[in-house]
Amino acid sequence: MILASQMPAVHIYAGPIETWATILTVAATAVAGDVLTAGAMRRIGDLDLVRAKSGLGGAVRAVTSSPMFLLGVLCMAVSFFSLLFTVSNVAVSLAAPASASLTFLGNAFAAKIFLKENVDRRRWLAALFVFAGVFLLAK
Amino acid sequence: MKHTLTPQRYLILLAVMLTASVGDTLLSHGMTQVGPVTLAHLGMLLVALRNPWIITGILCLLGFFASYLTALSWADLTFVLPSTAFGYVVVALLSKFWLHETITLYRWVGILLIVCGVGFVANGPSLTEHKPQHASGEAAPADEGVVTGRAQ
Repeated sequence: MILASQMPAVHIYAGPIETWATILTVAATAVAGDVLTAGAMRRIGDLDLVRAKSGLGGAVRAVTSSPMFLLGVLCMAVSFFSLLFTVSNVAVSLAAPASASLTFLGNAFAAKIFLKENVDRRRWLAALFVFAGVFLLAK
Repeated sequence: MKHTLTPQRYLILLAVMLTASVGDTLLSHGMTQVGPVTLAHLGMLLVALRNPWIITGILCLLGFFASYLTALSWADLTFVLPSTAFGYVVVALLSKFWLHETITLYRWVGILLIVCGVGFVANGPSLTEHKPQHASGEAAPADEGVVTGRAQ
């Protein structure tokens, strides 16, 4: 999570296509990062059990030696720097809430498609409420 | 196999919420003390790393990542994200009462929507359990995923 107060203030803004392209890039890479790390954790299994069996060091090794996890962290890093780039070209009041909200909604779709999670009506509603809530909160 | 949320696991979700929001707020508070960092003054980042608020904020965010990964190891992404979105509300409240920022009507409505969203998943199941693959190696269809582990 990044607070708007941590972002640089620049007042030269991009056109609508570049604006939404950069916002979508931030959201897409954030979704990729979340889904890849979640997929990696699913493959590794319950960390409480791993830690009970191999200790804290074993749990850390299991996580950090997963290529899927490392790829997820890379995507998160790309998303972070994309956000920094975006807020230097797009109004923060649009970029921050739009990218955070789209990430929430994108995660629901991606989790259903790639992680085969059962996203029932309750979870869709939760995603939509949080989508709208985050947008208003960061506005 | 049932995937119930034990009190310890609720504590992990609480840690995800609190460490992220407190960490962000500490970073924000620390950066106001350090001052703006520009490309011409990147050395200020090193100064920032010596600020106790920033150091504590970074430690909080490391704790956030560890607890977030732990939660993802036993719960669905579509369960963890909305249920920990309450952290946004904590950030807003910390901003108002600690950093003395203004919360507009928009933000109060946003807080209300997030609380409702969290309520939808908090009372629901935490993990989709997929049927094991058949002996022939044929995978069970995705739609057969069963959601188990009602949060109590």
